[in-house]
Amino acid sequence: MTDATELRTRTREFLAEHPPASTPREEFLRARFDAGLAWVHYPQGLGGLGVPRALQAVVDAELEAAGAPDNDPRRIGIGLGMAAPTILAFGTDEQKQRLLRPLWTGDEVWCQLFSEPGAGSDLAALATRAIPASDGSGDWIVNGQKVWTSNAHNARWAILIARTDPDLPKHRGISYFLCDMTDPGVEVRPLRQITGEAEFNEVFLTDVRIPDAMRLGGIGDGWKVAQTTLMNERVAIGGSRIPREGGMIASTAALWRERPDLRTHDLHQRLLELWVEAEVARLTGERLRQQLVAGQPGPEGSGMKLGFARLNQRISGLEVELLGEEGLLYDDWTLRRPEIVDFTGREAGYRYLRSKGNSIEGGTSEVLLNIVAERVLGLPSEPRTDKDVAWKDLAR
Amino acid sequence: MSATPDLLYSDTEDELRSALRGLLTDRCDPAAVIARTETGEPHDPALWKALAADMGLAGLLIPEDLGGQGATHREVAVVLEELGRAIAPVPYLTSAVIATETLLAGDTTKGGVAAGLLAELAAGRRVAVLALPWTTAPGGAPYAGVEQRDGQLHGRVTGVADALAADVLLVPADGLLYAVETAAEGVAVTAQTALDLTRPTAVVELTGAPARPLTGDPAATRLALDKGLSAGAGLLASEQLGLADWCLTETVRHTRERNQFNRPVGSFQALKHRMAELWLEVVNSRAAARNAADVLATGGDERALAASLAQSYCAPVAVRVAEEALQLHGGIGMTWEHPVHLYLKRAKSDSLALGSAGRHRELIADLVDLPAP
Repeated sequence: MTDATELRTRTREFLAEHPPASTPREEFLRARFDAGLAWVHYPQGLGGLGVPRALQAVVDAELEAAGAPDNDPRRIGIGLGMAAPTILAFGTDEQKQRLLRPLWTGDEVWCQLFSEPGAGSDLAALATRAIPASDGSGDWIVNGQKVWTSNAHNARWAILIARTDPDLPKHRGISYFLCDMTDPGVEVRPLRQITGEAEFNEVFLTDVRIPDAMRLGGIGDGWKVAQTTLMNERVAIGGSRIPREGGMIASTAALWRERPDLRTHDLHQRLLELWVEAEVARLTGERLRQQLVAGQPGPEGSGMKLGFARLNQRISGLEVELLGEEGLLYDDWTLRRPEIVDFTGREAGYRYLRSKGNSIEGGTSEVLLNIVAERVLGLPSEPRTDKDVAWKDLAR
Repeated sequence: MSATPDLLYSDTEDELRSALRGLLTDRCDPAAVIARTETGEPHDPALWKALAADMGLAGLLIPEDLGGQGATHREVAVVLEELGRAIAPVPYLTSAVIATETLLAGDTTKGGVAAGLLAELAAGRRVAVLALPWTTAPGGAPYAGVEQRDGQLHGRVTGVADALAADVLLVPADGLLYAVETAAEGVAVTAQTALDLTRPTAVVELTGAPARPLTGDPAATRLALDKGLSAGAGLLASEQLGLADWCLTETVRHTRERNQFNRPVGSFQALKHRMAELWLEVVNSRAAARNAADVLATGGDERALAASLAQSYCAPVAVRVAEEALQLHGGIGMTWEHPVHLYLKRAKSDSLALGSAGRHRELIADLVDLPAP
């Protein structure tokens, strides 16, 4: 079945059998997964029908029109966007059968244990160790510290990369695991940010036991497996059509219109400059979207996050200035634990501070510039001093 | 907001680009362009004939029943990208876009002055330019440099781009628009020493020049001029995009090949980050320029906004990329021999042309309700 009409019929039949109004949410989502309508490009039996990904839109439109509940994708983004495609690509049949259904329905939340205090941009230098248990069980014993982990406090599972061979060069001695977050050796502590809230956690791993059946990919193949995860992280942006004044510029433009008392010539010039840049960035996103729809993905996507980070920072900075005396205030410093992060939410001061993270999270702007320069423009890389050295001999 | 613009290039547009790039590679190499700037004839009439008449590109905007190709601003934008890349010394933007669009906005009745002129422009037989200073933005105050007495024009207009290549001047005077033959008695076109060597400006002096009216009243004149200048500003962005794209491509090539400190200079992060930043701006320019081309082509109610958006973004980007290209070429970039100076001179002059970025931002402020204090 590859046809949109057939898929529409199938979705309508499903909705008739499971009326959203009278079916409990959890039950509805599980049934949707079992009917292959969760992610249609996944294989049959794993929530999909093995049809092109573009056809998901047909299903989603029918479900939305029927008022069906969704799986709250923003809350479980790491599972959907990063864990699931990696498990699909490298997992065993047992792993796929056990993990993908509760992942998709949101019954089991996932988090990502990649970054460490000593391994940020240079992720492959990570120091968390996984060593075979001495009891001959084949289990792995994991020790180390991870950081910047969203949702660790809600998570049932984590995707984890750890060093299994320190004598090899850094990229080659890493393995990829699926870590049970209920293990007694997992300690999760909130990591408070400059905004006052704690979106993220530090995760301390002390003698955490992971069965070898929860290894994803071969021993020492962890870096390669992690590339799949990270590639999917960067693909996730840029899917939907954004209206004019749809992003960070919205609140600043609205404030300008509502408050003539705040207007100065200097702020006007700067606002117009940023309005133009925001509108052009929107068009660039729209052009990228059109390229994807036409099946001609260009390299433009590599730059979207760079521009987005810079623009968010500049616009929110201007908004604080535009507020005048009110710009001296902050809405709330209480340590909160938001489940969903909205960069354009709350007040101007929050937006200003939160946007500082946009050029660090998910690849720093400096690393992304290297990626654009080397992979898009074809400029040569810096000479590498770390490629052929055993991890244990690297400077740290 | 009107329908979402198509920001991609069609297959036909890609074919047009590749045909034109082939011609320009053969007929417009940088060394020859530099050599020509040192002669008394800065424009290249043979190249103009090849692309205007032989390829039929001068008539793209002109409907078929007026002798043109009946194409749209989208194809014109692709032509301008390529002409910008090659820094081609031909009066395409001035004649085939601005003058043409101005004439099309007026009375094009068969047998009329404008219709006759458009047919000649479409065939590439003649060149027309708008006799206004090159810095004139759309939507400005009426130009007051020329007056009409007894059907003849008197006055002086400075900074007229491509006037030296023109056979016909479109001259606003006392609320009407007139066609004036440059070869007529009472018309003098004198070259200025211009910053832009490949699109030089000239002074037009009219001392009792014979003139044929093209518009019937001041409102029609205003409309025609705004339409021509707005299309010019919106499509200049595509020329700026092509120019910036050439500068970045050449800079990447140079820094990959140039070795210092025993490695290609392009491997230093201090340099490659700068080129990556330029690439981001070129990518954005492409979206803004394509948007302007498509909105102008479909004739939506956001023509003025799309044109001003494109010009306010693409003009400073072209300058920045050209300036960075010069710096990243090192000493060779500062020589007369290397063509990067042609691009810098064009980019800087273009940032004044048809309204500065700041002027276009002011126009945008009115259009999107972000009023000045």
